[in-house]
Amino acid sequence: MKRLVSLAVSVALVAVGAYLLLRGQSAASIDTAIKSSWASAAPDWRARLVQDETQKSCSQHRNAPPKAVADAIIAREKATIQYPADGKLMGDWKNGEKLAQSGYGGRFTDYPPRAENGGNCYACHQMDGKELSFGTLGPSLREYGKIRKYTEAEVKLVYERIYNPQATIPCGNMPRLGAAKFLTIEQIKDLVAFVMSPESPVNK
Amino acid sequence: MRLCPNFAGLAVALVLIATAADARAQDATEKELERYRQMLKEDPWSNPGMLDADRGEALWKEKRGPKAASLEKCDLGKGPGKVEGAFAELPRYFGDVDGVMDLESRIVWCMETLQGFDRKEILKRPYSKANQSGTELEALATYVASKSRGLKFAPPLEHAKEKEALAMGEALFFRRQGPMDFACATCHADAGRRIRLQSLPFLGKPEEARQVVGEWPAYRVSQGTVMTMQHRIADCYWQMRLPLIDYGSDVTVALTLYLVNQAKGGEITAPTIKR
Repeated sequence: MKRLVSLAVSVALVAVGAYLLLRGQSAASIDTAIKSSWASAAPDWRARLVQDETQKSCSQHRNAPPKAVADAIIAREKATIQYPADGKLMGDWKNGEKLAQSGYGGRFTDYPPRAENGGNCYACHQMDGKELSFGTLGPSLREYGKIRKYTEAEVKLVYERIYNPQATIPCGNMPRLGAAKFLTIEQIKDLVAFVMSPESPVNK
Repeated sequence: MRLCPNFAGLAVALVLIATAADARAQDATEKELERYRQMLKEDPWSNPGMLDADRGEALWKEKRGPKAASLEKCDLGKGPGKVEGAFAELPRYFGDVDGVMDLESRIVWCMETLQGFDRKEILKRPYSKANQSGTELEALATYVASKSRGLKFAPPLEHAKEKEALAMGEALFFRRQGPMDFACATCHADAGRRIRLQSLPFLGKPEEARQVVGEWPAYRVSQGTVMTMQHRIADCYWQMRLPLIDYGSDVTVALTLYLVNQAKGGEITAPTIKR
């Protein structure tokens, strides 16, 4: 029996070793393939293909990181969050609504910029009940603030969830809009207001 | 001319979508498209994509390029000149290049080696834009794919390099990168999801992959032109805020093999029509 167990353990170890080796090899060959597949792109654009630690971890674990990895991501991503100098986390919900509608920015056809980057929230979330063209990749945000009683703590959480969602949900699908400098702090404040202001159509 | 009434219906549906981003309009478009698809099944020659296939066939057989040769000796994997059924078994390993190629990279290779065309010239304009006529590559790819209509995807996946490309394609599907952290899996790894009102196929699931992968190259009504799988993938990477990927690159070939393998056993219906 003991021999059987030790045999099973060694077989398992060899299998895990072979798997890790394969993964390592494929990571190297992927890097090579990526270099050759975007050979005609400009160097500053090619830089977008280089992964940071969080992207690496999430890719490797297919967005289901084990606890230790998840904790490391949360710690690292929390540290990136910058708050407004004046401490005010809510801006103008009307501008937030415009930003939620706009999917402009970041694509190679968007340069030189003809508009500010948008948050593109409606691509994935339901927000204002009157807007029927909403995506379902993310949860519905209908009455998000109202349901949470517009508390200060919830306002702060929404700011953080937009600035860097990976600080709360490691390997979630949502882009790190603030940490990636895709949106400015001012824009994020406007989006927070769109989600959390009692006057916003999100909460009507 | 018998295309006209169908197009009128589609045009109305598309205008609805353009003027009111409205769920009902989207429904109307989808219903109209479904009706149209059904009609095409009954009468494949009313499919505008077949015009590209026709043009592709003429191009395939015409003596062209510095070597004044046709593509009739092009080996698409089933031997020189064998076009029927070739698409169903691509991407695959080719000994003459010691690597894996998909349909489109193989066509480019044949144009280079058999006809003597310059690769840079061929790839100057691989994709057509809205309301332009299809490019030569699009027509050729549509022709070859159409010669596998009704067959099922059966990539060989025997050679070590084919297996390696498949593993790479799968890893690439889940690889997150760029300013938005997007991977293919961000949009295509769950059932019943949408971007705005656009439904997203769950490509990680064979049942769904089988329904959609065989539709490409597809005629896009909104563009009035054929879109190939290379173009489809390049467009996804554009949307992911990444630079323009090279035509027929290792990454697009590996991803195509992953998709075709996911769709293994699924019927090839290309060129089908898309919104």
